[in-house]
Amino acid sequence: MEKQQYAIEMRGITKTFGSVIANKNVELNLRQGEILALLGENGSGKTTLMNMLSGIYKPDSGTVLVNGAPAAIHSPEDSKKLGIGMVHQHFKLVDVFSAADNIWLGDEKSGPVLHKDRYRIIGEMARKFGFEIDPKKKVYNMAVSEKQTLEIIKVLYYGARIIILDEPTAVLTVQETQKLFDVLRRMKAEGHAIIIITHKLNEVLEISDRVTILRKGEYVGTVDTSATNEQELTEYMVGRKVDLNIARPQVETTRPLLEIRDLTIQNDEGAAAIDRVSFYIRGGEILGVAGIAGCGQKELCEAIAGLRPIQSGQMIHKGDNIVGLSPKAILEKGISMSFIPEDRLGMGLAPSLSITDNMLLKNYREAPGLFVDRKAGRAAAEQVIRDLEVVTPSTETPVRRLSGGNVQKVLLGREIKAGPNVIITAYPVRGLDINSSYAIYDILNRQKQDGVGILFVGEDLDVMMALCDKIMVLCHGKVMGVVHAHKTSKEELGLMMTGALDLSSKYEDKPAGIARDSRFREGKEEEG
Amino acid sequence: MDTMNVITLFLFNIVLCNIPLLYGTVGEILTEKAGSLNLGVEGTMAVGAIFGYLAGCAANSLGVGLLVSFLAAGLCGLLFALLTVTFQANQNVTGLTITTFGLGLYFFVGKGMGENWPAMTGASSLVKGFATLEIPGLFSIPVLGKVIFGQNALVYLGILVAAAVWWYLNCTKTGLRLRAVGENPGAADSVGVNIVLYKYIHLVAGSGIMGLGGFYMALYMSGSFEGSNCWINGYGWIAIALVIFANWNPLLSILGTLVFGFFNTLKIYAGALAMAFPGALGWLNNVPSQLYKALPFLITAIVLVASSVRAREGSGQPAALGLNYFREER
Repeated sequence: MEKQQYAIEMRGITKTFGSVIANKNVELNLRQGEILALLGENGSGKTTLMNMLSGIYKPDSGTVLVNGAPAAIHSPEDSKKLGIGMVHQHFKLVDVFSAADNIWLGDEKSGPVLHKDRYRIIGEMARKFGFEIDPKKKVYNMAVSEKQTLEIIKVLYYGARIIILDEPTAVLTVQETQKLFDVLRRMKAEGHAIIIITHKLNEVLEISDRVTILRKGEYVGTVDTSATNEQELTEYMVGRKVDLNIARPQVETTRPLLEIRDLTIQNDEGAAAIDRVSFYIRGGEILGVAGIAGCGQKELCEAIAGLRPIQSGQMIHKGDNIVGLSPKAILEKGISMSFIPEDRLGMGLAPSLSITDNMLLKNYREAPGLFVDRKAGRAAAEQVIRDLEVVTPSTETPVRRLSGGNVQKVLLGREIKAGPNVIITAYPVRGLDINSSYAIYDILNRQKQDGVGILFVGEDLDVMMALCDKIMVLCHGKVMGVVHAHKTSKEELGLMMTGALDLSSKYEDKPAGIARDSRFREGKEEEG
Repeated sequence: MDTMNVITLFLFNIVLCNIPLLYGTVGEILTEKAGSLNLGVEGTMAVGAIFGYLAGCAANSLGVGLLVSFLAAGLCGLLFALLTVTFQANQNVTGLTITTFGLGLYFFVGKGMGENWPAMTGASSLVKGFATLEIPGLFSIPVLGKVIFGQNALVYLGILVAAAVWWYLNCTKTGLRLRAVGENPGAADSVGVNIVLYKYIHLVAGSGIMGLGGFYMALYMSGSFEGSNCWINGYGWIAIALVIFANWNPLLSILGTLVFGFFNTLKIYAGALAMAFPGALGWLNNVPSQLYKALPFLITAIVLVASSVRAREGSGQPAALGLNYFREER
């Protein structure tokens, strides 16, 4: 049989959900044995387009050719038979099953009765593909990267020659991403055709052969990776020139708003998540918190917001002790927290409630009497939508229907609406595209200029060095030092994150994290 | 009556009177493992009971009765599947509707028969089929011989069904896929499992098994129809709680049936036990009879509260229980 040039050809694909046009007349060609990056902002229809290849959605119009032959993909089963495998962004795994059983589920070859040797067969298969997994390990015991590996083994086991990965790097660390890219390169060398959905430009340039760009559901074009650069791709993606520099306005800082002294917090397992940590935040500055994932960032945020008890230490807000206060009382003092967890919807918003209702969640107490003031809630929702350019059909749309960036804008918008003087925000741009990320940086900078003190827990060191004024580095719950963002380097931060460099006692006269003009009253300081 | 006899009879009746619970529970486990919460067990059992009994009497055959009760109750399951799987109706409301509908149909048919109501004594094979079937050899073990190996054929069938469903769920690939449908239909769908087909088949089969329990109840009550009380008499509701007690494990549901059966049977045998052991159990006579009647339901409530604190990891509860699946849901 003559080898077709294209593994996949999609022509004139249109897909609508009610009145929303997700894809409009989209073209996409995937060559045999190449890695094609599918680039676009949140909500530009990348996932929708790919779900039409995986059989989750059916196109309203347009044709799909697989290896040169027209294909009708009506279900995931059809897709599987055509040799297409998709690794979804939200993994399609059964938590209570073992790794082997998750693969065995879709196995067509074996007999009707389950045998113990399926663990051995899957283990050997995985090794053949170059992966090392424990076939008996339950999915709920797996780390995110393990789950992703399992998903990749799964599609390979079913014999997929065309592999689609939906934002595979969104949940991975830098090291894990490199490992994944090695796997993709190896699969490419073995002749697999790969589509990778992403909005991280450096990854596009690193891994792909060609790039197809979508914008607002429409096809923009396809370019060879070797003939393009970040600036050009951004313009294709956003539709206009975007300044890739993050601004760091200089603001007159005030006396410390929030001071943390010798704070110790336990994690859920009872080990010390935060170990004798001291720092302070002034009004008009952004303090970055850098650290490898799981170094106590979550526990720290929760403790400040009053959601987690502390073991010892002091937390002073404008000179008042906030240890032991209820989350509501802390909120009323003007300390707001927004934490974006890995699954991005888990904390802070009620997914099936509308934007209006989510606004009301925070301030329903302000309305007098028995009834909620929906009018005010709707007005607040409208204002957030207008100010932060949230893309939504209406104020009454359930939050889970919005794309990731818009969900995060709603969350941050609501927190800012309450007029806080301290903002605790963790991973606010997690999984966001360039445009939305910059919108969020803008929001934070505006708050900073209004004199708000901001604690920014982040992942991307480049961003933190550009956005934050100071960066505190955590390693296993201990402070490795607080450095000025414009004086440090990525290498220095990296060393501190791994614990190889400890700058916490760099200055004899001024220990890190303790302000000279502290608001601690003398007597209290003696006790602490 | 000597004291040994009282104990044997008490234990014997724990099994005899409560096997319908086992059928109901196993049927509901099969249904819930497919991710559907069917609250219509009571009604489904009632439908299986009355049609199974009438057909069994008409044909004078235990087999026909079993088959018809399975099919009639299976139709209730089909209705539930049609409404919740195809039309995406709310499962809780649909289940309650099935109960109301099933009980209504039971009384409608029963009262409609009027003078033509068949007496069980007229169907000799049916009486014989439900009679004690002593297993040779094992039956002569003292006490336990009669309790375990001196029961009727439908008791053995119930145990067999529970074991078979356990094996099906845990040792076959179809069972593995079924559990995946109940845990994460999106994951099952993405590897090519036909969600709609799996739900339909197991919802119908689950309801059919509940119907067998109803048929058992009809025979146990000797087919005497009363216009005010349904044969099932709350067993369907207890079965739903037993599913949780058994942690969605058909084998554990046998144990659950016996535990509940103990309290259920105590209300009848409290007097006899008190008389046989006036020293140790005499106080049983002082307990008001209303408390005995309430006991199984009280235990149900306690079990539900206790099991709600069970950790997620060891729980057999399907993660997608009660949620309808729609592939294009965003």
